[in-house]
Amino acid sequence: MSVVEDLASTSSKSRVVCDVVIRFAGDSGDGMQLTGNNFTEATAIYGNDLATFPDFPAEIRAPAGATFGVSAFQIYFGSEGVTTAGDDVDVLVAMNPAALITNLGDLVNGGLVVVDEGAFTAKNLVKAGYENNPLEDGSLDAYRLMSIDIGKQVLEAVKPFGLSHKFALRCKNMWTLGLVMWLFERSRDSTIDGLKKKFAAKPEIADANVAALNAGHAYAETAELPSGIEVYKVPRAEVAPGLYRNTTGTEALSYGLLAGGQLASLPIVFASYPITPASGLLHTLSDEKQFDLVTFQAEDEIAAVCAAIGASFAGSLGVTSSSGPGISLKGEAISLACATELPLIIVNTQRGGPSTGLPTKTEQSDLNQALFGRHADTSLPVIASSTCADCFDVAIEAVRIATTFTTPVIILSDGYVANASEPWCVPDFNDYEPFPVEFASDPEGFSPANRNPDTLARIWAKPGTPGLEHRIGGIEKDYETGDISYDPDNHQKMTDVRKSKIDNIANFIPAQTVDQGNESGELVVVGWGSTYGAIRQGVKRCREEGMDVSHIHVRYMWPLPSNLEALLKGFKKILVPEMNMGQFVDVIRSQFLVDAQPLNKVSGQPFKIREIEAEIKAQLESQS
Amino acid sequence: MNAPVQKLTVKDMSSDQEVRWCPGCGDYAILKTIQKLMPELDVPRENMVFISGIGCSSRFPYYMNTYGFHTIHGRAPAIASGVKLANPELDVWVITGDGDGLSIGGNHLLHVLRRNVDLQILLFNNEIYGLTKGQYSPTSRVGTTSPSTPNGSIDLPLRPCTFAIGAGARFVARSIDTETKHMTPLLERAHDHKGASFVEIYQNCPVYNDGIFDYIKDKKKAAESRLLLENGSPMTFGSDNEKGIRLDPKTIRLEVVTIGEDGVTLEDILVHDESNKVMAQMLAELKGPDFPEPIGVLYCNPAESYEADVYEQRELVRRTSGAPDINALLRGGHTWTVG
Repeated sequence: MSVVEDLASTSSKSRVVCDVVIRFAGDSGDGMQLTGNNFTEATAIYGNDLATFPDFPAEIRAPAGATFGVSAFQIYFGSEGVTTAGDDVDVLVAMNPAALITNLGDLVNGGLVVVDEGAFTAKNLVKAGYENNPLEDGSLDAYRLMSIDIGKQVLEAVKPFGLSHKFALRCKNMWTLGLVMWLFERSRDSTIDGLKKKFAAKPEIADANVAALNAGHAYAETAELPSGIEVYKVPRAEVAPGLYRNTTGTEALSYGLLAGGQLASLPIVFASYPITPASGLLHTLSDEKQFDLVTFQAEDEIAAVCAAIGASFAGSLGVTSSSGPGISLKGEAISLACATELPLIIVNTQRGGPSTGLPTKTEQSDLNQALFGRHADTSLPVIASSTCADCFDVAIEAVRIATTFTTPVIILSDGYVANASEPWCVPDFNDYEPFPVEFASDPEGFSPANRNPDTLARIWAKPGTPGLEHRIGGIEKDYETGDISYDPDNHQKMTDVRKSKIDNIANFIPAQTVDQGNESGELVVVGWGSTYGAIRQGVKRCREEGMDVSHIHVRYMWPLPSNLEALLKGFKKILVPEMNMGQFVDVIRSQFLVDAQPLNKVSGQPFKIREIEAEIKAQLESQS
Repeated sequence: MNAPVQKLTVKDMSSDQEVRWCPGCGDYAILKTIQKLMPELDVPRENMVFISGIGCSSRFPYYMNTYGFHTIHGRAPAIASGVKLANPELDVWVITGDGDGLSIGGNHLLHVLRRNVDLQILLFNNEIYGLTKGQYSPTSRVGTTSPSTPNGSIDLPLRPCTFAIGAGARFVARSIDTETKHMTPLLERAHDHKGASFVEIYQNCPVYNDGIFDYIKDKKKAAESRLLLENGSPMTFGSDNEKGIRLDPKTIRLEVVTIGEDGVTLEDILVHDESNKVMAQMLAELKGPDFPEPIGVLYCNPAESYEADVYEQRELVRRTSGAPDINALLRGGHTWTVG
């Protein structure tokens, strides 16, 4: 948090800061994600720029009070461009000892910690691993502490609504939210509206939650706050004019697929199988039946991709989605789509691996799988989304490429981009150029092997078209007729043409741009995917200190933009930060024979800005 | 395309591809039966789609002059489900075998039957892996010697019709590769059935499992070994129709009885009821040599198909949902304006 000025003279103590990081932490049943989302919406309405980071456990309802059951929601908001969820926490809300012990390490010295002291029972302290009560032993002296028996306050506030003890205590999160909203002068209106809608059928629950929210707010306003705790004023951010909404990557990607379907004039069949953190796409799309869309929850990952392939064969756009382990299962079928040259979109919302790994944490370790993770020579386009809002355009691009080149396309997203939310200046769909698909219809000279001479795309002839009856399949086919062929020269030719078709896509994608800095110089930081925010801020801060560093963020992971090699060769040093052990850096080194250096992190957490900054400085200081 | 509709012939249904099954393979007879049947169905050729997995039987689509997709091992039901979801108007046939459909693809077969996707699923059962050179399959009888079971197979075989009924299939039938006269009307019924129809076809593999169905294919043995099912008729068999199937109410088991012996009359013989699932399950379990094996429709109990329900549900939602407007979608929920 950066303090701009103290406003001690105003009636209530307050000070102006340009940015703040708040983390709400509690049991997975404490409603921290809901609390965080409400605060996010109020903050967006207030006019701050923001980014969020929901961080929840893999267990749905871990035993109450357990450290492994702590669910957290972090929001970073401020008056300047915010592109990450923030490095250090300024305000920590801890609903129990487990939430405190697992999150305190990220709180800055002097930071504010709000705790529910009623939850600091002997039993909960033991579960969290505390020998002494941290509220009493002085171990929180480095921080500003607000210790409140929230349970007691809530029970008092919701008494008039006659809820059971259990239901009454469920309002604790709203009480706490009310308190934090006062600290940051957020409006409660959108939360109140939301509660009334959510509990429309149970007005007493809605009323109790609203009462708890207001009581928390009133408590902060009227209670004698300990010294050092005051209202923060975070000036509104200067953001580009336009209509805004909050979006998660999952929402933007879903909408992008629907938009892509309309631009291509194609119905979509979305076939998927539940897997964390990818299931959100299936949920979001299943609720949009007004569009030309059918969603299908298949019996397994293989059936999901196969149903999508079947749909593409029949003239729809087949889309499937999963996370790394599920994509492994789909591998054989993706190769079939490569062999039969059918459009197909595969969304991989990456998570920590290998195997079950860290299902609810983020990682970028499926790039190698996307590029190489199939049998035989099956090159296919791979594109990566860098922010929540970027998911919209990436999805449209995937549809454009898949249908223009009749090929499977992999979209790489990740758990961070999928679940986080950010304000989005909503685009006007009318600004997007349509790319309607034309199916084959003329039997004259028809062969299923016919290609578009420019794109090398195989002709797309759908069942139901008279006179174009034909067979496709996984067996190698004759270049001219499309009939089965075991001819050696033909196999070479077909392999060549399939590869050429994909390589040629480099001529149909935008040239790589430099996100920040000069087009040549000392150092370029090359990122891809959700590391965008941290790299952007890290490079920005270093440039403000006068360092010669640029930022290139790659969307088209394969084929790579045709000018990327020349761009990279304009820099003396290349740094590639990735949330994996160095997958893209290997691609860059092998493709361009340049001495790119890795910066790797696989902790399940996104990069912090200062980690990028530190490595930029180290690179610039070291003698090459 | 306003040309007068001409009736299709067998020739119209045959692709220009050379058929590459082994000489004497039962698949030839099935292919011929289906090529003859298809023009009789009230379906334009451009709407016919044959989808297969991997195996000898799965080469089938290459020989049909229709739309066809030779996919990957075991996955034809999943691909076919996607085809029907994309375009319910298409007439989709799935061609599979005992290895493709019941081993690697068992899960998909289970679910496509349970969901009741409107497909005709023909399982060519030759009780062996042919294309990979003769390993035992999930329907091979115990003791089958093969390259992978040189001392005889140990595990119990799966019975395809039992599997299908257990999975929730609503049309389950059985025929024999060379019995064109029997198979033709059977497949016509399978085709007319709305929802998933499952047909097991006993199919001889002359190379790796020759003669495995001789006990039932042989015309001389047919009377004793086949139980020809006819809905509403008593289940009799034998050269003079003198034998029949009776339910022993005390043991809840089917038994073979002879009419005129031990006071048994035609009245005692079980009457086939296609809509009776319990009876179908019992029939599916009958096997030689102790019992004749049921040929024909074991079970038929139609219900709305999956894809029809999917589209109907979508229509219902659309009555109250907004228009398919991307700009409205993007602006749904909470928005705010800057500047």
